[in-house]
Amino acid sequence: MTKSVLVVDDEPNILLSLEYLMKRAGYVVRLARDGDEALASVLETPPDLVLLDINIPKRNGYEVCQSIRSNPALKNVRILMVTAKGREVEIEKGMALGADGYATKPFSTKELAERVAQLLNGTGA
Amino acid sequence: MLSTWMVLATSLTYLLALFAVAHFADRLSRSGRNQAAISNSYIYSLSIAVYCTSWTYYGSVGRAVSSGVGFLPIYLGPTIVFTLGWFLLRKILRICKTQRITSIADFIASRYGKSQLIAGLVTVMTVIGIIPYISLQLKAVADSFGVVLAKDMESVASGLAAYDFALLVTLVLAAFAVLFGTRHIEATEHHAGMVVAIAVESLVKLVAFVAVGIFVTFGIFNGFGDVFARAAQLPELSQLMTMENAGNNWMTLTLLSMAAIVCLPRQFQVTFVENTDEAHLKRATWMFPLYLVVINIFVLPIAFGGLVTFSGSGINADTYVLAFPLSHGQSLLTLVVLLGGLSAAAAMVIVETIALSTMVSNDLIMPVLFRFFERRLAGREDLTTLLLNIRRVAIVSILLLAYSYLAAVGGTYHLVTIGLVSFCAAAQLAPVMLLAIYWRGGTRNAALAGLASGFFVWIYTLLLPSFAKSGLLPQSFVEQGPLGIALLKPYALFGLESLDSISHSLFWSMIANVGAFLLVALRERQSRIEHIQGTVFVEAFSEQSPPSHPGLPHFTRGGASVGSLRRLAARFVGEERTAEAFNIYARRQGLDNEAGLQVDSGLMRLVERLVAGAIGAASARVAMASAVKAERVSYEEIMEVLDETSHVLEYSRQLEQKSRELEIASRELSAANEQLREADKLKDEFMSTVSHELRTPLTSIRSFSEILQDDPEMPEDQRNSFLGIIVSESERLTRLINQVLDLAKIEAGRMQWDIKDVAVAPVVREATQALQPIFQRDGVRLDVAPVPDDLPPVRADADRLIQVLINLISNAEKFCPKPNGVVSLIVRREGDMMRFSVIDNGPGIPEADRKAIFDKFYQVKGRNQGDGNPAGTGTGLGLTICERIVSQFNGHISVVPGREAGSEFTFTVPISVTAAAPSH
Repeated sequence: MTKSVLVVDDEPNILLSLEYLMKRAGYVVRLARDGDEALASVLETPPDLVLLDINIPKRNGYEVCQSIRSNPALKNVRILMVTAKGREVEIEKGMALGADGYATKPFSTKELAERVAQLLNGTGA
Repeated sequence: MLSTWMVLATSLTYLLALFAVAHFADRLSRSGRNQAAISNSYIYSLSIAVYCTSWTYYGSVGRAVSSGVGFLPIYLGPTIVFTLGWFLLRKILRICKTQRITSIADFIASRYGKSQLIAGLVTVMTVIGIIPYISLQLKAVADSFGVVLAKDMESVASGLAAYDFALLVTLVLAAFAVLFGTRHIEATEHHAGMVVAIAVESLVKLVAFVAVGIFVTFGIFNGFGDVFARAAQLPELSQLMTMENAGNNWMTLTLLSMAAIVCLPRQFQVTFVENTDEAHLKRATWMFPLYLVVINIFVLPIAFGGLVTFSGSGINADTYVLAFPLSHGQSLLTLVVLLGGLSAAAAMVIVETIALSTMVSNDLIMPVLFRFFERRLAGREDLTTLLLNIRRVAIVSILLLAYSYLAAVGGTYHLVTIGLVSFCAAAQLAPVMLLAIYWRGGTRNAALAGLASGFFVWIYTLLLPSFAKSGLLPQSFVEQGPLGIALLKPYALFGLESLDSISHSLFWSMIANVGAFLLVALRERQSRIEHIQGTVFVEAFSEQSPPSHPGLPHFTRGGASVGSLRRLAARFVGEERTAEAFNIYARRQGLDNEAGLQVDSGLMRLVERLVAGAIGAASARVAMASAVKAERVSYEEIMEVLDETSHVLEYSRQLEQKSRELEIASRELSAANEQLREADKLKDEFMSTVSHELRTPLTSIRSFSEILQDDPEMPEDQRNSFLGIIVSESERLTRLINQVLDLAKIEAGRMQWDIKDVAVAPVVREATQALQPIFQRDGVRLDVAPVPDDLPPVRADADRLIQVLINLISNAEKFCPKPNGVVSLIVRREGDMMRFSVIDNGPGIPEADRKAIFDKFYQVKGRNQGDGNPAGTGTGLGLTICERIVSQFNGHISVVPGREAGSEFTFTVPISVTAAAPSH
């Protein structure tokens, strides 16, 4: 069964590039431009993985992450944080809130694809 | 009638018996056994009753006859002080104990910088001031003997036996005063034996007066009711019992006696110097007033009874007390009353002369001897004999002076008036005493000025007139004033005629006294020692100056050896007392005996206090200085030590000041640090934000570059689209870097500003022309309202002004709907400012964001996307830079919603002053 990926970012160009990358890797891709949109999308149809930017409008990435993790029905959703905030404490904060991985912008497309694949395979699916 | 021989023998025997009591008590005191019997609060309270002299004993009745209850204020004052002012007494007592005060002169001198001059002045003042008072006692005793020994009542009325007895009385009292007071030198000026004798005398005079009172009231009359009823029938008595008759100087007398109970040398002596235990004062605060009440119960009955009985017989009311038993043939009672009066007089004379002689020797003679005959003194091992001899001579001299005054003036006055003259002199000490313990300020010169001024006025308004009345000075001095100057009449100074002579003198002398004191005190800076003593006295009860550390600059160094210090102490207080004190001190230091003692500041202090106990604080300092000097330590060196001490004090004061300054500095520093930290945090946030903003376009560039690299087979149009994104993100990155640098430059103040008069039209033209291509590309219309040619120039940097316009106009263009986008630019003058408005018809800016929009990196969320706009091209710094530039021009930038839709960005720039002026 094809894995699904939800890409969340408020930068149109980054959204575009991530969409392209995920589609090329063979996943079903959905997009969201802010926290509310992302959460609604996750609740509607839980994706296998969320590529989550932190600095997004309305509800930031941390809050989205927290909401997903506090919902037992969504425990299988993997979360990979992708953000330009490169500081150590921010990475730690994301991991503490239940993210499964963290990628810093600007990222290597190849590495990002590998991380996504790893996380999706790690679920045993 | 009593025989002369019997009266004299009984009196002498009584005095000798008193002396025996004193001697016995002294021996008990020195043996150290059974102290409670001779040193207790009853004896202490009774000894304070030395206040009641023969003046009181005989004179109260006399005064009651002439002014009814007018005799009372003399007792009211002390009662008020002891009952309501006990805390004042307690404070003086504590100071006397910690400072080893030996007299009132010592007290005042010690307080105002340990000045010998003050001690001397106070001594002179009290000696002169008290002499009338002592002569009064002599007169009272002589009169009483005259009355008793008169052959019959006729001669009692007429003769009063002149002054035959006065000289005899003087000599006998002098002998007893010498015996009581100068048998040995005590380190503390305690005369335990004398105090017991005084207490006995107080008891005797009380018993005697009450006895005659009972005899008159119940023996001659039938109780109080009978006395008053019969007296009421006398015509002159009805007006006697009114307050008007009591005299308008009621207030004056109360105040005077309040001062006297503390400031009379003998009261100071018994209340403070002779006190052995502070706790005794507690009982005295009610027992002494009670004594006063009891001794006054029978004053009015005797006075009224006397008026009824002796009216018209010519007998002096001052002698009623004796006249009653005498006229009724009561020989024993007469003798008892006589002894009571003798007790009152003897007690007063003995204590007063002892107190005065101590002051004369310590504060007048010794300082002079030390100054002028120092070498000869240095040769004498034992100075106690010299001290005692000086005091003996002083006692006899004072009494002879009193006798002379009596012979010259005494006949012309009532007892009471003479006493009040002395009270008024003693009262001159009251202001400096009160200020001494409740005000830290005040200097030696202030005290000197106050005391001397008050004393001078007293001499002029009371003492000299008393000489004039008795013929020693021309009578015109009182009646016309000196040289006929009426304003200087001693009883009506400066035309003040409404007061009696005592009130008048008190009024002017107090004004002079307090006025001079304050005048000098407020102008002068206190010296170190004045300041220290001020603190020690005022804070007598605080922990800062415990008894063992009076806080004085002491002799702390020098060549003095233990032996020399010991010799010094022994010279003044004797070998025995010195050995005792040294041994106690040694034990306190943890040594077996005094052999192991070393010279330290504690020992110095001990010796100074021992010596001070014998000769007063001021003289002790000189003695100490000379002792240390004898050890080949120069005077300069002592001064240096003193100076050093004061330097240390000054230094510590400076240290305190410095530490306060440091505290302030460190507070400021930590505040500055806080600001720095805050600035650091802001900078950190700025860097973090810049980093974030740089990473965002970089992410797109890298992603699409890698995608293009990985997918060479990508369709042509998609490839072009991706490449377009790479190009525009690169431009965004460049813009961002430029703007960050611009902003950093502006904020660091390193931006080069070329501010001059700038014409508006060319600037607007240049900005709009630069933006023409974008507008054409996006199909947005740019409306530029015509700029009138006569617009005045503005004060600005032309390039930066263009930058602001381009930024605002391109921003507006970016958010316009496409197609149908319209951007308008309007320039118009508004007062002293030129106003530039850029209006778009885009989506507008939510109210909540309008204020923050000029903050760094603030971007209205969601504004950069959708509707096919060239997304993600904002940097979040453009408006911030505009705001900084406009501020630099002293203008203002703001944003309001457009009239229909969109936003209106407006900024102002000042019009050139030179151009603006003529247009007004």
